[in-house]
Amino acid sequence: MHIVLQVVFAIVFGFAAWMATRKFLAIRRNIFLGRPENLSDQKGRRWQHMLLFALGQKKMFKKPIPAILHLFIYVSFVIVNIEVLEIIIDGVTGSHRFFAPYLGGFYTFMISMIELLSVLALIATFAFLWRRNVMKLKRLNQPELKGWPFKDANFILLMEIVLVTAILTMNATDFRLQQLGAAHYHDTGNLLIAQYTSNIFMGIGTDTLIAIERTAWWLHIIGILFFLNYIPYSKHLHIILAFPNSYYVRFSEKGKMDNMPVIMNEVKTMLDPSAQVEPIANPPKTFGAKDVTDLTWKHLMDAYSCTECGRCTAACPANITGKLLSPRKIMMDTRDRLEEVGKQIQLHGPDFSDNKSLLGDYITTEELRACTTCNACVEECPVNISPLSIILELRRYTIMEQSDAPQEWNLMFNNMENNQAPWQFNPADRLNWKDEV
Amino acid sequence: MTENLKNVPTVAELFANGESPEILFWVGCAGSFDDRAKKITGAFIRILNSIQIKFAVLGTEEGCTGDPARRAGNEFLFQMLAANNIALMNGYGIKKIVTTCPHCFNILKNEYPELGGNYEVMHHTSFLQSLIDEGKLTVQGGAFKGKRITFHDSCYLGRANQIYEAPRNVLAKLDGALTEMKSCKSKGLCCGAGGAQMWKEAEHGQKEINIERTEQALEVKPDIIASACPFCNTMMTDGVKIKNKEDEVKVFDVAELIAMANQLMA
Repeated sequence: MHIVLQVVFAIVFGFAAWMATRKFLAIRRNIFLGRPENLSDQKGRRWQHMLLFALGQKKMFKKPIPAILHLFIYVSFVIVNIEVLEIIIDGVTGSHRFFAPYLGGFYTFMISMIELLSVLALIATFAFLWRRNVMKLKRLNQPELKGWPFKDANFILLMEIVLVTAILTMNATDFRLQQLGAAHYHDTGNLLIAQYTSNIFMGIGTDTLIAIERTAWWLHIIGILFFLNYIPYSKHLHIILAFPNSYYVRFSEKGKMDNMPVIMNEVKTMLDPSAQVEPIANPPKTFGAKDVTDLTWKHLMDAYSCTECGRCTAACPANITGKLLSPRKIMMDTRDRLEEVGKQIQLHGPDFSDNKSLLGDYITTEELRACTTCNACVEECPVNISPLSIILELRRYTIMEQSDAPQEWNLMFNNMENNQAPWQFNPADRLNWKDEV
Repeated sequence: MTENLKNVPTVAELFANGESPEILFWVGCAGSFDDRAKKITGAFIRILNSIQIKFAVLGTEEGCTGDPARRAGNEFLFQMLAANNIALMNGYGIKKIVTTCPHCFNILKNEYPELGGNYEVMHHTSFLQSLIDEGKLTVQGGAFKGKRITFHDSCYLGRANQIYEAPRNVLAKLDGALTEMKSCKSKGLCCGAGGAQMWKEAEHGQKEINIERTEQALEVKPDIIASACPFCNTMMTDGVKIKNKEDEVKVFDVAELIAMANQLMA
């Protein structure tokens, strides 16, 4: 390869890597804008959980058809990185198919596997486009996906088609060039798909073939580098964050709500002034959450991990019956607001003020009040996101900081306070049932 | 052969005699005040009396666990109610609690410990299963032979605490035909009452959640919809009424079905 191209490659690669690193670090910083939450215990169990749910995609297989299609794309993505590694080495050193002479027959097998999975991924990609745009599956066409999220989803699928087509073209022309005995195109063995697809390029001259092969090669690597930079702005970020998000799962029973130690201590000392309470190291600024910075880092990582598949919303009893609440929208809103806060911090520093907040500007009380806390959304999520936990934190803010409750709830609170029951009964009558039943 | 409940000891009475109960039956607000849920309480008491276990209730000393307040967002109110209950139960040295309400069960089991209330907490369906497994309770199947029974999972028992099999195992003893709805167990659809929805009008939408769930239940053409939660029971009973099916389809708690099978109540 010409030295100029090697330099161009190194510059393109370096620039793409630098840009992507910057954005990923910004995301990391944004996640840590959240309040502390300790999820560092039980390391062995966490690794196991991550292997099962992120690597093993256990939850995905509750819906077998999308699970298998998704598996094709996922495995092909993982394995194609071996070829990407080779492309990078070739690009920088000027070699061609660097691994081929060292690996021999295993190289043939490996590239054949990549080809097979690429074809399967291509089929899956078309199937996904079909489900989204032709079948118009309900969960892939709900209101919160209008505009950018819908385009984002289709763009990712189109990008995948471009990348897979590039790799298949590259191999097919390479194989044909080997047959023609072109210089530098050394023997890769009989590649599973290329040995047939190379026939498409019969009758084309060596120079043209080399041009096609090189174009496909550049298209593939530039596509990958572009994708790397696109991912952090897209729902596709789940391919990375699914792993840490599954590792930092909350192991407590789904029914357990987070305690608020500040209020617990206040109530304890109010009821018994001599009570000994543990002081709180980092008391939250507000009761419950108004904005993303009132949530914990796990809530924020949840938001970045969401790939907007909508299994949560499809299972949500409120959404099914036509209420405004969509758990997926809760996650999308949290991410959008967090990105906005991140930008403001970059522009105006950490003490910026834009007079906006997650509650009110993104998520309304009507949505929050429709939740039955049934945990269906949490149960469904393939990457262990809890929209419910965010909903409950926002509810806490509406009740305790804004005193904004439906009239019936205020009545219920009064009853609970005065009668120790949510209905208006005299507590002295609490045992009357024994004479009635 | 329904008899009046003569024997409902309170923890205070036992305590006054220097005794303490083997189990505390946590009745809950619905079980104490709601007319439909009181029947579930009665059924469970009759089962407890039939197995000669030393139990007691807190009676007028019991207060709401605070579940609807906490889920609505009122942490102060929850903490107040919880602190009172914990002080009371710790004062009595309560070790083991059984409750007929999954919301009480969840909060007592999962949320009271970090507030200083540590007890062994069981939902009554798990308790009934353990009684059957230990041979302390035998269920006479005859009354429900051949009846189609479908079990509606309570969110706070199922997804919240992974208890799916205990109520089904108990129901299996009735010799009926257990049929599952299209969404059951971890996919069970909520009845619509949780998260303090019980005490407010639903938000604007196209349908009530309990109607959606009742329709799912009616699809399997059951004779009986079995529930394990007083709130689910109310929602499903209302749903069946609105669908004009109350003559053909009855909604019963697991405890009621066992009490009826053993002729402890009509």
